[in-house]
Amino acid sequence: MDKALFEFCLRMGDNTLILGHRVSEWCGHAPVVEEDIALANTALDLIGQTQLWLGLAGEIEGKGRDADALAFRRDAWEMRSVLLVEQPNGDFGQTLMRQYLFDQWQALMLAALEESAEPRIAAIARKARKEVAYHLERSRGTVVGLGDGTEESHARMQAALDRLYPYVGELFSDDAIDSALAERGIAPLPSSLRPDYDAALAETMAEATLSLPENRWSHSGGRDGSRHSEHLGHILAEMQWLQRAYPDATW
Amino acid sequence: MYAQMVKSTGEAVKSREEMTPEERRFQDRIDAGEKIEPKDWMPEGYRKTLIRQIAQHAHSEVVGQLPEGNWITRAPTLERKAILLAKVQDEAGHGLYLYCAAETLGVSRDELTERLLDGSMKYSSIFNYPTLTWADIGAVGWLVDGAAIMNQVPLQRTSFGPYSRAMIRICKEESFHQRQGYDIMLKMARGTEAQRRMAQDALNRFWYPALMMFGPSDKDSVHSAQSMAWKIKINTNDELRQKFVDQTVPQAEYLGLTIPDPDLKFNEETGHYDFTQPDWEEFFQVVSGNGPCNAERLEARRRAWEDGAWVREGLLAHAEKRAARSAAE
Ligand SMILES: [Fe+2]
Ligand SMILES: [Fe+2]
Repeated sequence: MDKALFEFCLRMGDNTLILGHRVSEWCGHAPVVEEDIALANTALDLIGQTQLWLGLAGEIEGKGRDADALAFRRDAWEMRSVLLVEQPNGDFGQTLMRQYLFDQWQALMLAALEESAEPRIAAIARKARKEVAYHLERSRGTVVGLGDGTEESHARMQAALDRLYPYVGELFSDDAIDSALAERGIAPLPSSLRPDYDAALAETMAEATLSLPENRWSHSGGRDGSRHSEHLGHILAEMQWLQRAYPDATW
Repeated sequence: MYAQMVKSTGEAVKSREEMTPEERRFQDRIDAGEKIEPKDWMPEGYRKTLIRQIAQHAHSEVVGQLPEGNWITRAPTLERKAILLAKVQDEAGHGLYLYCAAETLGVSRDELTERLLDGSMKYSSIFNYPTLTWADIGAVGWLVDGAAIMNQVPLQRTSFGPYSRAMIRICKEESFHQRQGYDIMLKMARGTEAQRRMAQDALNRFWYPALMMFGPSDKDSVHSAQSMAWKIKINTNDELRQKFVDQTVPQAEYLGLTIPDPDLKFNEETGHYDFTQPDWEEFFQVVSGNGPCNAERLEARRRAWEDGAWVREGLLAHAEKRAARSAAE
């Protein structure tokens, strides 16, 4: 089995799975109906991407596990989602800030993956990139609108940025798996995306009249599974419950 | 049916002699099957009744996200999760088209929302019942969307143009929802022992609430008579309920499930099923706020509205700043 490739697909698919789960928690509770629609749509895209990434992971693993088996039958320490996507929704501002910080990374990552030497990865990237371009446009617009809105919305968005920024660095940390994949031309080194990300963030936050925290220190432990947040276990308990309670059933 | 017991003028339908010349012209247009558009003259009662009905329908779509949203994070497969997300997204979309249709009658969406939250406007009784197992998501699609279609297909021919057009768009999506719900039921009914039990339990709990969706018998209701004369309402509640029962019984049989009505049987003479009426006392309790989930549903919507105030204000303030900036340039 191509272990590095398998891990990479899990990392991509677990991010979209957990973020899709978080976003779907909003269903029916958004500030306006338009946002209910947009949030459901984002979650739907993310779950669709999860099917592709985890489907490919199962194929690479070659042990008969499909996307559902990987999504619903792995425990927290086997998950490869970054800590950012595990963070609770908080208020609408925190949810959209988390979305923007993720979308901006995902857009850059997928653009690079379109050139991947592994055609199955390039194909997923091509499909997902269109969806993500739309997510990014929307989350960026909301961050700008609320940052440069009322005094209250500004304060809430600054608090959301301060709360979430320490989870950004993990998206750009390199390990042995990343180096191996970069050498084979399959995926970019995460750190290579950081300059473009920083430039985009600086521009967005300036427009939003928000200040980026100076401390760039980052939490880590999600994408290699070494130390997830406490939240992940609860997310999985909810998400996987039916499959685990009725292991013989098909749905 | 998402519109139940919509009050009309409360007066008997006027005879042609009692009508003003304008009212007579208006009625003639309706009788000729013409569509009434927002800018056209219309009796005040017609406008008010339509606002109540369309808003109740819109509120139902929006509140209806909650019982189904309850299962999105627990959906058993990625495919089912995606289908359910898409469905709930459609329902919010239906809410939006309908609010827009209501707005053409000179009322704002914010005003309608406030009236939902203060309890002066209703939403369908069905959404005050809880979804307790995954089979309930199947039952809701099969029975609740099924009953909604029963009502909404004829409303595609309703006299008010924007409402009729909204119904045409919505009906297409509702029939997908119904098929998807039935598909869940099929999987459950043909599944393990536990899944079969969940399927039967869901049918047991949703059968009578689904029959209530059509509203109580309205043969003597003045509201219905006026609404029917105006083609805001096309069929009586009893006609639609009967049609629903006739359609649903064979579907339940195909699933191998039992409809929780020992007196249900096919009547050779009428060609229809005879069935037991739901408990109307329960229905009136639910409609007046005492159903199993009324308090939670309204609380959830109230919280969404209140917690979202800063977002709506923030985005509005930003739009104003931008407009001011581009005007200054
Ligand atoms: Fe609907
Ligand atoms: Fe529906």
